[in-house]
Parts: sequence; structure tokens; C-alpha cells
Amino acid sequence: MKAFTQHRGLVGPMDRANVDTDMIIPKQFLKSIKRSGFGQNLFDELRYLDHGEPGQDCTDRPLNLDFALNKPRYHGASILLARKNFGCGSSREHAPWALEDYGFNVVIAPSYADIFYNNCFKNGVLPVILTEDEVDILFLELEATEGYELYVNLASQTVTSDSGQVFNFSLDQFRKQCLLTGLDEIGLTLIQADKIRQYEVEREKAHPWVYGAIK
Amino acid sequence: MAARTLYDKLWDSHLVNENDDGSSLLYIDRHVLHEVTSPQAFEGLRIAGRGPWRLDTNIATPDHNISTDRSEREAGVSGIPDEISRIQVQTLDDNCDHFGIKEFKMNEMGQGIVHVMGPELGATMPGMTVVCGDSHTATHGALACLAHGIGTSEVEHVLATQCLVSKKMKNMRVSVDGAVGLGVTPKDVVLAIIGKIGTAGGSGHAIEFSGSVFRDMSVEGRMTVCNMAIEAGARVGMVAVDDKTISYCKGRQFVPKGDLWHQAVKYWQTLVSDDSAFFDIEVELHADDIVPQVTWGTSPEMVAPVTALVPRPEDQVNKERRKGVERALEYMGLEGGTPIASIAVDRVFIGSCTNSRIEDMREAAQVAKGRQVASSIKQVLIVPGSQMVKAQAEAEGLDKIFIAAGMEWREPGCSMCLAMNADKLGDGEHCASTSNRNFEGRQGKGGRTHLMSPAMAAAAAVAGHIVDVRHFLSESTTGVNL
Ligand code: SF4
Repeated sequence: MKAFTQHRGLVGPMDRANVDTDMIIPKQFLKSIKRSGFGQNLFDELRYLDHGEPGQDCTDRPLNLDFALNKPRYHGASILLARKNFGCGSSREHAPWALEDYGFNVVIAPSYADIFYNNCFKNGVLPVILTEDEVDILFLELEATEGYELYVNLASQTVTSDSGQVFNFSLDQFRKQCLLTGLDEIGLTLIQADKIRQYEVEREKAHPWVYGAIK
Repeated sequence: MAARTLYDKLWDSHLVNENDDGSSLLYIDRHVLHEVTSPQAFEGLRIAGRGPWRLDTNIATPDHNISTDRSEREAGVSGIPDEISRIQVQTLDDNCDHFGIKEFKMNEMGQGIVHVMGPELGATMPGMTVVCGDSHTATHGALACLAHGIGTSEVEHVLATQCLVSKKMKNMRVSVDGAVGLGVTPKDVVLAIIGKIGTAGGSGHAIEFSGSVFRDMSVEGRMTVCNMAIEAGARVGMVAVDDKTISYCKGRQFVPKGDLWHQAVKYWQTLVSDDSAFFDIEVELHADDIVPQVTWGTSPEMVAPVTALVPRPEDQVNKERRKGVERALEYMGLEGGTPIASIAVDRVFIGSCTNSRIEDMREAAQVAKGRQVASSIKQVLIVPGSQMVKAQAEAEGLDKIFIAAGMEWREPGCSMCLAMNADKLGDGEHCASTSNRNFEGRQGKGGRTHLMSPAMAAAAAVAGHIVDVRHFLSESTTGVNL
């Protein structure tokens, strides 16, 4: 798993609530058996005017110039500023894969859907939760300031703007530690292999029907 | 011991360890796999030189990407026209064969949409923890399982360790009391719940559905309700065990028999919330207030009674909500103030893990019987959720009713629920759909989805527009509890 400690970068807007994972990466791209290469199809239906298919060269596709992230001022954005319930819908991990592959290291929003939030941590993308009012402030500043950047520090759990405003955010300590160190979660769990085996022995005694039926 | 909810009990009985950092290691009894969210997990296992922790907890089937066209299906995996889809289905077969995981392959009896096949085979049983790389895993909670969707990294984690690193959710109870009226189905009940609490209303919570409406509901109906818990933001939806749960399980392929059955039933009967158990959130609805529901917008919370008008943006007090309604109406090509029961429909889709079980097929057939699809409708797809549902429906002659009405009877799979295969809406087309998501582009780029029950969708097929199914039903037909 990729580590995340701190990040400074250009901010890009996604100014609508309830952005679902179908919107983040439409289903035709889920046919891939790979983990990489989804960035060019991030927000595909909003970003391009034509219909995208997997494996297609996207360099000559017609862009939707009304879509904010297509505007030159947001090129190279690595922090996505979004609205509430971001990432709702399907559990597809392709959504954080696409965000990360596009170049987003951080998402800032007032709230996220549970599964998407969880999936971000597995992929070195930090989903920051600020209040709706704080997110409103950031949207206003972003609109008013060309080249608007933010600094995000995971250890101190802060987002800092160039004007010196500091916003604190909270998150679970176990998620924080995993992200800070980029630990292999499976390896960590397997350290407890004996406990898992012990559980299975007891469970098999208590609820023997759970095991063995499927062969 | 303090009074516990059903969720508390399920959580406690699967706890392997509470870690120092506040997370917990939770044991997973049943892991269901499909072709779309598993290839990268198997690849991860291979790269790390790991194998599955134990095989008899896993069960797999292809569903999302497969064709529902009979002749394409008969040609086998090599007959899947889209090359990338074909590779993905083949990859699932290869991975299951390689690692020794039980798979119901594309044309085998038992295959079906993951959330239809799990319960019907008895692979998911009360008291289990069930996960799948799919957000509608909550469906299995209808059997008093702790069931939820996971991402692909977690699919790999469960394969390798049989555990998930989890954090306990909060408890929420949604109670619906009273008795639902004619033409009101489980789908209407859950859409009404989502309309009330919103798409994020259950975030961070495990929802238990309780009250007389769920007690009176069939187990399949409970699956429809739990299926859409995720559309209310909750990863988990559940209904406590009762006699219906137990008779549903009895005799299914992977369910224990003999002494083990009695032992299991004794345990299953404890899977109810204690009387004084604490819920962090309680929501109540009254059955009398629920009439057939239809979505008019691009989020499942944008739902209204079929008798209502499409909302007007200018009537919304909250600015963000007004913007949301405006955007949704623009996408849907609708004017605020239009009667919902006048919206013309181009295609109809009856299927998906929400509504493709045998009772759903019967519900649709009851409306279709002796009627004809309106000439303005381009296509009506009836897609059974599994091979077993298909076989049962054909044994009851339901396929003939659909075909006689001018509808297409297809092979089991996800189909136009997410349109990963050839079953899609065209740009701007309206669809009466029994699926669970009306997101922009979900059923095809530019497609406009109206979620509703199988009975309502069948009625829309006949009328050519959204219509109140109660006009099609007489009191004499209430024998089947529609
Ligand atoms: S039917 Fe639809 S919602 Fe259900 S598993 Fe398939 S794609 Fe997902």
C-alpha cells in the first residue's frame, strides 16, 4: 500500500453533491483486469463529449470545455474539492484507482460514502472531511484565486491555505497509521494468524454447519 | 450481559481480535466473488505468493459482464462478443480453477447474480458474515446475516486471511408498521424509506428493518429491501430471524441437514435484537402512507408517489437542493410540475439483484398476463436473476406470459442494471426499471432511469408511460400480496 504523509498541490473543483462512483469511472472501464490506466477515463462522461470505451486513445477525443477540470487553470490539480456524499453508489475500487492515476492525492469534501472512503486509504488517496461551511469557504477562495493551492498534512491532520487559514480534520487512528507508513495490511493481519486459527477451532465447535458444505 | 441489537450479536460472534489502534479483526464466513472486482485481487495474491486462507468459505459466479442473449450464451465464454468482457469472464474461470474455488460457471445451474444465487443455494445462512466486492451485498442481510460490500483490496484481504479489518458501525432501526395497501410492494417500501432518510441517511450505520410490514413480508421481499440499504447510505441492512427465515433456508443446497440443521435452527432463533437494545437512530414510517413509488431524478432519494407531480426547482427552499433538482430535471428532460404518471417510457427493464427473484417474476407476470406491450415501447427486457429463477419461472409458464405480451425473456445476469453488456439505453431514452440506481449514465450514456417495482414496470410497458399499477389491479387479485 502506498504511503501518504503530506501534500501540497493545485486544487480542482467538483462542485456537485452525491457524486457517485459511476460518475467517477463509468462501468465500461470496469471490464479491465488491471489496476492501472483508469486516469484518462476519470469522470469520462462529464469530461468528454463522445462516448468512451476501454483501451481507446483519449488524446484526440472532444473535450467538454464546460467541465471545470478541463479548464487550463485546473490542469495539474492534485487536490479535488468536492461536495457531500462523494463516492456514493457502487463499491468499485476503480474509483480511487482512477483518481490516483489522474493525479489526485487528496479529496476534500464534507462527507463520503462509507465504502469509497475506505477504499481511498488502500490506495494512498487521503479523503479529508471538513465541515460544509469550511468547504464553502474553500470553494469561494478557489473560484477567486487562479493557481489556488492547499497544503495537507496527515500527521497534524490539517489543511492550510496560503492565506494562513488552518482547518483541522479528524480520522481514525488505525487508518491514519496505515496511510502514514504504507504498511501491507494483509501482512499485518497474517501476524495474527494464530488468533484466526484459534477462532476457527472454537467456531467449528459451536457452529459446525458454517464449514465444509461448499466444495 | 447488556441488551444487544442483532448487529451487535453478529459483530460479537465474529470478533477475532480488537486491535490496539481501535480497529477490529472480523472473521468472514462467506465470501462471494464475481468477475468484475476480483481479477486484481487474485493478481495481488499471485504477486505476493499467497493463496486463499481456506477454500470452503468462497463461492463465485459471473454475472455483471455476461450476455443475456440466448444464442450468445449458448456459444459459451468464447461467444461473448466484447473481447475485454470475454477476457474478464475467462479470468474468473481461470482464477477459480487455479485456486480451487467453487464457481458456478456461466451456463451452469446455480449461476446467477451474486446476491440472488447466494441465498437461493443456501450458501448464505442466518448468523453469517458475508462479503462480496459489490455494494449490494447488504441483500443477504434479509437472512439476518452481517453482509456488506467491500473493495477489491479487501477482496484480496479476505481471500488471504479470512478476515477484514473493520470498525464497528452504529445501530439504526427503521420501523414500518401497519399493513401496506393493494399494489404496494417491498420495492415501494424501500423507496419510500430512501425518500424519507436520503441517500446518506444511513451512512456509518447498520440498519435493522423492523415492524409489522417486514414481519408480514416474504423473505424475498426482505431481500429487495435490504438490497437498497446502500442506496440509503448504509452498508448493512438486516431483518431478524423468524419462522419465515427458517423455512426459507430449509432444504437448500448448502444448508445443513439432520442434527446439524436442528442445531443451526436453535442458534438462528437467537438472532433477534433484544427488547431493550439501544439504537443510535430510530426512524418510523407508517404503511398507510406508502403508495407505489417512482424516481423522477438521478439519485434514488429523488423519489415520489406515482400520484405526485415532478417537483419544481423554484419550490425548493435550500439552495443546494434547488441546484440538484435543476440539474436532475435537465438530465432527465423533465419539467417541474409534470404528473409523474404521464412520463412516456421507451424501454422497460425487469431484473437486477433488487427485483429478479421468482416472486418478482410472478408480480410482473400478473400484470402482463393477457395484456400487450404498448406500440410506442422499443423493448421490454425480463431478466431472471439466476438459472434457478429462470427454470422455476419457465416451469410456471411465466416466460410464455411475457413473450405473449411482447416482452423478451432473457438469460440470467445483471444486464441493463448497469449496462456493462449489450443491454443498454440509448441517449435520452426513458426506462421503467426495477433496478436500484438511477444515476446519470447508469443504464447507458444519456439514459434516463425511473426506478419502480416489477408490477409498476410491467404496467408502464403496457401503458407506454408511467402509470399507477393500482388501476390494473382489482381487489380480487390481492391473493398474491402485491
Ligand atoms: S444486478 Fe446491478 S446492482 Fe446488482 S450486482 Fe448486478 S450490477 Fe450490481
